[in-house]
Amino acid sequence: MHPTSTAGKFLLMFEAILIFVAVVSVILFIAGRLGGRRSDRWVAFAFLIPAVLMLLVGLLYPGIRTIFQSFFDADGNGFIGINNYKTIFTSSDQLVVLRNTVFWVVVTPFVATSIGLLYAILVDKSRFEAFAKALIFLPMAISFVGASIIWKFVYEYRPDQPGVKQIGLLNQVLVMLGGKPQNWLIDSPLNTFLLIVVMIWIQAGFAMTVLSAAIKAIPDDIIEAARLDGVTALGMFRFVTLPSIRPALVVVLTTIGIGVLKVFDIVRTATGGNFDTSVVANEFYSQSFRASNQGLGAALAVLLFILVVPIVAYNVRQMRASEAR
Amino acid sequence: MSTAATPVTTTPPVAAAPVKVSAIAKKGLSSRWASLAAVIIAVLWTLPTFGLAISSFRPERAIKTTGWWTFFSNPQVTLDNYRSVLSTEGANSLGQTFVNSFVIVIPSVIIPITIALLAAYAFAWIDFKGRNLLFVAVFALQIVPIQVTLIPLLSLYVDAGLSGTFWTIWISHSIFALPLAIFLLHNFMKEIPPALIEAARVDGAGHVQIFFRVLMPLLTPALAAFGIFQFLWVWNDLLVALTFAGGTPQVAPITVGLANLSGTRGTAWHLLSAGAFVSILIPIIVFLSLQRYFVRGLLAGGLKG
Repeated sequence: MHPTSTAGKFLLMFEAILIFVAVVSVILFIAGRLGGRRSDRWVAFAFLIPAVLMLLVGLLYPGIRTIFQSFFDADGNGFIGINNYKTIFTSSDQLVVLRNTVFWVVVTPFVATSIGLLYAILVDKSRFEAFAKALIFLPMAISFVGASIIWKFVYEYRPDQPGVKQIGLLNQVLVMLGGKPQNWLIDSPLNTFLLIVVMIWIQAGFAMTVLSAAIKAIPDDIIEAARLDGVTALGMFRFVTLPSIRPALVVVLTTIGIGVLKVFDIVRTATGGNFDTSVVANEFYSQSFRASNQGLGAALAVLLFILVVPIVAYNVRQMRASEAR
Repeated sequence: MSTAATPVTTTPPVAAAPVKVSAIAKKGLSSRWASLAAVIIAVLWTLPTFGLAISSFRPERAIKTTGWWTFFSNPQVTLDNYRSVLSTEGANSLGQTFVNSFVIVIPSVIIPITIALLAAYAFAWIDFKGRNLLFVAVFALQIVPIQVTLIPLLSLYVDAGLSGTFWTIWISHSIFALPLAIFLLHNFMKEIPPALIEAARVDGAGHVQIFFRVLMPLLTPALAAFGIFQFLWVWNDLLVALTFAGGTPQVAPITVGLANLSGTRGTAWHLLSAGAFVSILIPIIVFLSLQRYFVRGLLAGGLKG
């Protein structure tokens, strides 16, 4: 019933778009017939109903349902209280998952932001600024899957035998320096850090872009005044740049932090979560769809939710504070 | 949103600002070391992609026995890798998934943006009871990780007889995009001077006319910005596609195809390299041609949302 040919697929796509356009037209037509200021409420209702319905059915209901499900067993039939949560915090497999997640969340935002900030300062006002920035920025357009494959190739290992040449860049450099090639993605916990490198590689461009804009927005007179006071370069960074871009820094750190908590694609593509590299978001997928343990999967999803909330709350508070100023 | 208007990627005229923090910082570091550091970072950031790009044009045997850097002393070029990856038949081909990616991404960008536009207009320019409360609720939904919604959504789709079709992916991406889309477009709409809207109302224009004649032309950059975001997010997505189309090759996008290839044939570098580049090409083109809007959206979303 579902089309398998390319033409059939595009035809279905156009049908879907047409149906959608028809629905929106009806809404606009009805809203257009409602005249006068008294009808404002009805216009608002017509404009909001599609979004509100989709959010209720597609986000709110499933979210509540998952929280509910996290108190049930693997088939989702027997109520087992908080046992799934106990498993997450006691079973040795799950503890490795938690440990890895901590590594990801602690390391990635700070390293990616530092590199982004350093690079933004280094290339600021240079002749090749636009080009230099594009180089760092480009990984943002690449999918996590693509990025993981790019880096898996860097880490690629060939057995250390005479006549066998290394084809991965990292091992080749190691061999040239006189070392022995390593099967990098097997060794825990080093492999987790090698996967974190992929995320840093992607996120540094985001940090750089936002921070570079913040640096350029620092008023010239502040800088001029500091310079006249004879502030050194490091002092300038410490007392002028850093305080001025603080709100942007917080936003960058928290945004990357939230993204890192949800990281799934990199682990799934690079190792599939094997060799002790799994993280909460990947474990959620493995438990829900591979191990068919719905209850534990739901509990992991809820844990993810609980971990994201404080970061978002902090982020919003910081934004409020910086706007009030 | 004043910062959002700064086109950060274009080099400003050198004479405009005589002294800048970074300029002084650079002097302190001595500009030679600074340049060296910048070059090292730039090389580290480019080399991995470059290596895979070179590999995708080398014959299978060469890729598997020698490093890509030997290409420069012994150049061998072939398009065979791309041919086997792009063909629509064969177990290793990604041709079908490439088509699916297009079929998935177009409605998944159009639908949420349109629905979010309507909602954002109501939040920004129509006064109704409970407006602020509802807006905060929508804003708050941004923090719901999509993982929390996947399994119940999947059972809803199964009940509706939609599982394993493009509809599930279109609908899911549209739903997940809404909170951020409504929030961003609302912010953009709020920036339009109220006097413009008032003038139109005095002239007797209804909401629908204001929406099309006054707001839409002014919102083009915002739409482009969010459109690119959503395009990249959908094109590069793995989780949603794997959940709703993981078992259906007729529907799965290229990210799923690549991830499967990486899992089952992890050393087939001639296929992986070419496949990765096919998947990367489209977002890079979109990204480079619309980079200006992307940066604008990033700053608006990053600093405000």
